[in-house]
Amino acid sequence: MRDQRTREMLDQDIRRWVDKYSRERSALIAILHNVHRKYSQVSAHAMEEIADYLGIHPVEVYGVATFYSFYNAEPKGKKIIRLCRTISCDMQGKRDLVYALEHRFGIRFGETTRDGKWTLEYTSCMGWCDQGPALFVNSKPYTSVTTERLDAILAE
Amino acid sequence: MGNLSNFESSRIPSSHLQQQIDATGKADVEIAINGKKLTVPYGTSILNATRLVGVKIPTLCSHDDLCVVGVCRLCLVEVEGQKTLQAACAYPITASINIRTHTTKVRKARRHVLDLMLRNHYGECYACRRNHKCQLQDRAKEHGVDFFRFGHIKEKRFEEDLSSYAVVRDPDKCVLCYRCVRTCIDMQEVGVLEFINRGFETQVSTFMNKPLAEVICVNCGQCINRCPTGALRANDPSDKVWRAIEDPEKHVIMQTAPAPRACIGEEFGLEAGHSLTRELNTAIRMIGFDQVFDTNFAADLTIMEESAELLTRLKDALVEGKDIPLPMITSCSPGWVKFCEHFYPDQLDHLSTCKSPQQMFGALLKTYYAEKSGINPANIVTVALMPCSAKKFECNRPEMQDSGHKDVDYGLTTREMAQMIKECGIHLPDLDREDFDHPLGLGSGAGLIFGATGGVMEAAIRTAYEIVTGREVPFEGLNVTPVRGMEGIREASILIENPVEEWKFLAGVELKVAIAHGTANAKKIMELVKAGKADYHFIEIMACPGGCLGGGGAPIPTNDEIRRKRAEALYKEDASLEVRKSHENAEIDQIYEEFLGEPLGERSHRLLHTHYTPRGKRIGD
Repeated sequence: MRDQRTREMLDQDIRRWVDKYSRERSALIAILHNVHRKYSQVSAHAMEEIADYLGIHPVEVYGVATFYSFYNAEPKGKKIIRLCRTISCDMQGKRDLVYALEHRFGIRFGETTRDGKWTLEYTSCMGWCDQGPALFVNSKPYTSVTTERLDAILAE
Repeated sequence: MGNLSNFESSRIPSSHLQQQIDATGKADVEIAINGKKLTVPYGTSILNATRLVGVKIPTLCSHDDLCVVGVCRLCLVEVEGQKTLQAACAYPITASINIRTHTTKVRKARRHVLDLMLRNHYGECYACRRNHKCQLQDRAKEHGVDFFRFGHIKEKRFEEDLSSYAVVRDPDKCVLCYRCVRTCIDMQEVGVLEFINRGFETQVSTFMNKPLAEVICVNCGQCINRCPTGALRANDPSDKVWRAIEDPEKHVIMQTAPAPRACIGEEFGLEAGHSLTRELNTAIRMIGFDQVFDTNFAADLTIMEESAELLTRLKDALVEGKDIPLPMITSCSPGWVKFCEHFYPDQLDHLSTCKSPQQMFGALLKTYYAEKSGINPANIVTVALMPCSAKKFECNRPEMQDSGHKDVDYGLTTREMAQMIKECGIHLPDLDREDFDHPLGLGSGAGLIFGATGGVMEAAIRTAYEIVTGREVPFEGLNVTPVRGMEGIREASILIENPVEEWKFLAGVELKVAIAHGTANAKKIMELVKAGKADYHFIEIMACPGGCLGGGGAPIPTNDEIRRKRAEALYKEDASLEVRKSHENAEIDQIYEEFLGEPLGERSHRLLHTHYTPRGKRIGD
């Protein structure tokens, strides 16, 4: 029942975004962004729906969605923490953060908490090498993160 | 480039680019290749220009049927004044340039490109289906590769996808040339394969990474024909066929379709366009098959049933005023049938209910033939030699068991047949010529041309026109030339004059027909049908470009020129035959008299007709 309602809402949203951005294939990324922002996932159904509107094949949408690591085909947590895995953050105390985050949520990097609230992931360099370690909580960046600051960041 | 969007115009097959270039009307350009001066039309690619001076630049991703992508980087050349090496396939000549095609810099770069590909190309050549038919192997040989500069992967990274009856994917052999994707998306517009992931993780895969059997693959196998390596191949049942041949209990029957005989010679080093019909019969008997019959016979039967069905539909629509789905569309091509089931599930009643010749034949072998020869149908094994990978799926459809057994046990492609023949140490072109067995071995020329696009239409016209008017078709030498050719979509019409009494209502009717080949063209026609704008009476659709002779089971390589030559071979053989009309095939008369009764009769209906499954294209739910 709930799934049915979510799907109807998703279908309506996609139609709205298609109207907003056009039915050209160039609108794909913008639509994917919106779907992802609201549903924290781009489901197979969503991809087929979008493909139909844009007159392209679902597999093309899938190809684009898998090209970008910030889109998820599988359901992930409401909030996704993406920690930079590149060398400069590594040298500025990344390991402590990994330990703290994994203990705090009881999951490994790459996993999602059972209540579906949090996902831990690594990301490539975000360009804050001078202010490492850096991480994203969804689309918001945090720099010079320390274990002491974690509580405050996660409480936001 | 007219009203095409940038995206569409960038995806035009490379063999069609010249027309686009000619249309620009720009003046020719003078260039030099390795110091040799020549003039080429504005916009010619370096790759095509070098062909003019007899230089063959190595390529992998380039294919005449597909658009230019320039991803494999093997065709690198030096262009004077350019800082980096340029991909010859993707460089349109627009100014006077000096090109060098084999400087040390070029050769070294190409070697490194190859070495990098070989690094990730799992497996050994001698344990590969495409051994001696592999373009990666050819390139390595041409460039003198004698060691793996960057190593050679020792462990499989991917699982083979064996889920489909028709097409097997082995991503470990993939070199990411993008040919299969361009085939599936641009040429066939089916949209099963695409690059997924990024960087080193990139692979060719399906929607949601599902096995081929679970996606909207129509089994046409065109991707196989264009794959330069062994990453795509047909699902080969020949081991099971060998086992049946060795089993003394089993009576193994081969039926051979028209297209394989016109192209199997290519597997034995002959030029395209040599028919080896009767040499093939000899080889099939030498291998150990008990009987060899002609699928053309079943094609003639298809024509009898299909023309009767068409005329009945016309009568119901024009005389009785019933709401009958017209145009009627052919159902011989299993790739097309599955395409229709996926993309036009609400239009399936336009499809003729006739089974394809292969399946008609299977059903008759295990009923009529079994009865006549006194062999228990449970011990009959029927094998079909087809130019087609979709036939493998078709014979495994659950509804194809009208004889009480699996009507056709195995579908073999032309390539697999050639492999079996070679394994026996037989050189096909050297063999004596033998005839088919009877009573199911007589096929007319009309049945034979089923192998080429427009052939079914021509065969149907030869018969239907004569049924209706009592006269031969008004074309010289029975050659219904307006339906022939390689245009993607063709239209023709025939005015019906002075029909016989039974078909009086057709007097003055202009019978309109259309022919489409390749599923992209099928889509164009089907959009018209769906919108109710197709005023044709009868449409022939084949899933593969060129029809069966360009099928996914035909020898590799394929291109426009090869397809044309194969078609010529079929038309030439048709013209040489004595019986060229399905309804004049004596064995067809015989089977109706002894067994089937009449076209669309009760028994025909049970054994020769089928139904379709609306599948839809949504698989994500």
